[in-house]
Amino acid sequence: MTKQHAGPRLEPGAAAEQQRARRRSAYPYTLYLPAAVVYLVIFLVPTVMAFYFALTRWTLFDSTFVGLDNFRDFLSEQNLRIGFVNTLFYAVVTSGLKVVCGLLLGVLLTSKLRLRGFLRSVVFFPVLVSTVAVGITFSALLRPDTGLVNKALALVGVDGPDWLGDANTALLSVALVDVWKGVGIATVIYIAGILSIPRDYYQAVAVDGGGAWHRFRHVTLPLSWPATYSVVILSFIGGLRSFDLIWTMTRGGPGFTSDTIASIIYKQYQAGFFGLSTAGNVLLFIVVTAIVVPLNYVLGKRQVAA
Amino acid sequence: MKTSHRALGAALAVLAMTALTSCGSGGEPAADGTVTLKFLVDNSQATVDTAKALTDAFMQANPTIKIETETRPGGSEGDNIVKTRLSTGDMSDVFWYNSGSLLQALNPSQTLVDLTGDPVLQHVQKDFLPVVTQAGKVYGVPAGTAMGGGILYNRKVYDKLGLKVPTTWDEFMANNEKIKAAGIAPVISTFKDTWTSQLFVLGDYYNVQAAVPNFAQDYTAGKAKFATTPAATAGFQHLADVHAKGYLNEGFGSATADQGMKLLVEGKGAHYPMLSAQVPPLVASMPQAATDLGFFGIPGTDPAKNGATVWEPAGVYIPKTTENLEAAKKFLAFVASPAAADAVNKAVQPAGPYRVEGAKLPDDAVQVAKDLQVYIDKGATAPALEFVSPVKGPSLEQITVAVGSGLTPPAEGAAQYDKDVEKQAKQLGLAGW
Amino acid sequence: MRVLRRFGGEAIALVLAAVIFLVPFALMLLTAVKDQAQAIDLDFAWPTEWPVVRNLVDVVEARDFVLLRAYVNSTLVTVASVALIVVFASMAAFVLQRRAGRLGSVANFLVLSGLIIPPAIVPTIWLLQALGLFKTMPGLVLIEVAFNLAYAVLLFRAFIAAIPRELDEAAMIDGCTGLSLFFRVVFPLLRPVTITVILTSSVAVFNDFVNPLYFTPGDDNATVQVTLYNFQSQYNTQWNLLFMDIVLITIPPLLLFIFFNRKIVAGMTAGAIKG
Repeated sequence: MTKQHAGPRLEPGAAAEQQRARRRSAYPYTLYLPAAVVYLVIFLVPTVMAFYFALTRWTLFDSTFVGLDNFRDFLSEQNLRIGFVNTLFYAVVTSGLKVVCGLLLGVLLTSKLRLRGFLRSVVFFPVLVSTVAVGITFSALLRPDTGLVNKALALVGVDGPDWLGDANTALLSVALVDVWKGVGIATVIYIAGILSIPRDYYQAVAVDGGGAWHRFRHVTLPLSWPATYSVVILSFIGGLRSFDLIWTMTRGGPGFTSDTIASIIYKQYQAGFFGLSTAGNVLLFIVVTAIVVPLNYVLGKRQVAA
Repeated sequence: MKTSHRALGAALAVLAMTALTSCGSGGEPAADGTVTLKFLVDNSQATVDTAKALTDAFMQANPTIKIETETRPGGSEGDNIVKTRLSTGDMSDVFWYNSGSLLQALNPSQTLVDLTGDPVLQHVQKDFLPVVTQAGKVYGVPAGTAMGGGILYNRKVYDKLGLKVPTTWDEFMANNEKIKAAGIAPVISTFKDTWTSQLFVLGDYYNVQAAVPNFAQDYTAGKAKFATTPAATAGFQHLADVHAKGYLNEGFGSATADQGMKLLVEGKGAHYPMLSAQVPPLVASMPQAATDLGFFGIPGTDPAKNGATVWEPAGVYIPKTTENLEAAKKFLAFVASPAAADAVNKAVQPAGPYRVEGAKLPDDAVQVAKDLQVYIDKGATAPALEFVSPVKGPSLEQITVAVGSGLTPPAEGAAQYDKDVEKQAKQLGLAGW
Repeated sequence: MRVLRRFGGEAIALVLAAVIFLVPFALMLLTAVKDQAQAIDLDFAWPTEWPVVRNLVDVVEARDFVLLRAYVNSTLVTVASVALIVVFASMAAFVLQRRAGRLGSVANFLVLSGLIIPPAIVPTIWLLQALGLFKTMPGLVLIEVAFNLAYAVLLFRAFIAAIPRELDEAAMIDGCTGLSLFFRVVFPLLRPVTITVILTSSVAVFNDFVNPLYFTPGDDNATVQVTLYNFQSQYNTQWNLLFMDIVLITIPPLLLFIFFNRKIVAGMTAGAIKG
């Protein structure tokens, strides 16, 4: 293993060689071993197998090699376009709202509130509840006739829609519940980011006579950029792949109006079209990579600049 | 002491592993000759109650065989679990599963025990056998009863408004108009449980085959299509019509099947396109469901050809991987016997006729079962399409929700379903697609 | 004036947060203690009767005490997986952060893939069968470890970046290398982020329902989320029991949270934000 590392590149002098040897003994590759074994065997091998199965017509009982037919069929899936748009919409809405709400809550919960500790707990708590439980509870709250949301709206004279049963509101409702459940993580990341900003900056603003807005605009916002970066990347990947909340709340419905790529894949899988669904999985992987890697690069560059 | 942490970690890991492995032991035959059978059923109330009645009666008669029932989710998720467990050789000794097209997708010739000519079939009605047969071999026995798929209606509402059971679609719509005027929701729809949206299309099959007798054959061969056969498109059209006229209950998009049944029993809704099997489990909590709810087939165009679409009972099957074949066959023989029907009758009201010779409906059967029996006695029934053709598209329930919510025009919905069916046929590798 | 404004702001923030974040929990709790007839309404009416104990007993006794077995299973799986995740991920993250090189870039790529690639269910089942681990708890533990490793490595790596290399060098002069350097010098320093990893991954494992559903089918190995998922259709008219079940399975994460609450931010401070 170490052999490949002592490659043909020439080292200028013995000191460097010695340092290299020390590094080898200080940070041995054997530390990778347990993680690597589990990850390779349980995750990577099946994933590679999946790439092959994506090229077969596969009914669990037998498989026939069909070349790229599955990819063609998946791409001609009538609702793929809706699913693609929905996936992007969902990822953008959830990660955008998590950034905005997370930042606001982060600022609020690092200010000198007396109930700060309590509020931090309250905001973080939904993160701990299982998706199934959240889905069941919000389906009850969003019921058109007896649900609390519409009863509250009725008090102020608004006739609320059938949130999850109406094509116009179904996906947005699920995205908002996703934000409710996930904003705690974003908030904690922002709190951590804001707390790590050195006090000196705020003092400098105070000397200049800047107000709260000035403080936020010129210190908190730019200096918590690393936190923004983490929140955007994590929630964007989560949003693109997201499946369980959508599935427990709408199953992609009504009709196909809240389908995402992940729910289309799952439906193919349920129907027993394993090859087709695996092909969809491969496509999803490509889509996520094609969006996240450039995003990661752009945001990362900006992070260095800031 | 350099490796102490590692050694400790490893020891802990080993300990944890051994502690965990000890939980996963399966049921081996015990020393005293008792055999334990595992029985996998779906978790709907009707199935669980029926399965309990069957296993209790069987274990009483056969003290050396013990049956443990496992439940699984229903719907397409359950289909997937059944397929996965069969293909990985991990199926329970006996299991409860749909007959018809869903059974065909299990590849029975490779996975299930062939029962052709076996004495376990001696009481099974001959006309049931085709739905548990593939390539001339029989794989299962009927469990529970057949049921009607059509319109459940509230008889109190009909009496109060002086309505007559419709024999054509136009009469049905005329009834709806009067019901709506009386402030009652004419047609209950519950699209949160997407499967419930399919009834207008699937339950219309009696009318399709009345108009086009060889539809099933041509459809299986890829020659007949829903979009190009007017009688078959009608189901989609009906869905769109009741929505366009504003006949649906409020909040139909997020209502569940249970809420729908409740609306119907309470008389807040008059019609519910549904399977008759939904009624018996309700009787325990709402006794009036037994008498107040009636059943009629989805009406077509010709009053002279009025009839109903029937769903065959599910089957009980034995996977090839079982190690207790003798005991499993004994159980199947019991399931398909008049004694089993008597045992079930005591626990669950039947929703339709049994498919076992000599099994009788009790005298106090629920009204929907009696209504269905009238159609059967007249010979005016047809099995649903999924029992006469292996082809059923997986997305029908989403398409019917879209059509029934006014999101997709009916003709387009029918065309979408044809494409969906084509995908299924290709994935199954059927000839002619 | 300023004091007043601050109090006003505080009050508004508090009320808003409480309404938005606590109302759903209030619904769960209230419905869980109602009788069946009243629970069907799913509203905030005060319970007319308080069959708390009966609901509790009904849920626990349902299906042959499956909930208790599920509790034991979930606890075992969570504890074992999280222990392995912490040890494996921290070791890997240490070398990954300290030693660049070709293997390092491969490892980095794999970590990112682990976040992005959705797992392939059926090939995984075949593999587990070949290893004799399908339908066993150790199999499920390995699955959870493999699927949650990447995120933990990311958190650890970011935290380790903040630990000065000089510390390693000093330890090396004292003769610590490799494993002992890591476990005796570095690992103790990782406490804050370790707590964050424990919290996030135990929540992920405990709340996971897709993987147990596929990799350990059957009531013997059921976990709490699977029982909830099954109760959902079984109790579809008994909302009080369904919500009692939800309340019961939400208690363990709640306890963990109360226990670790103050440490979460500390772990994130040095960790996640440097992504």
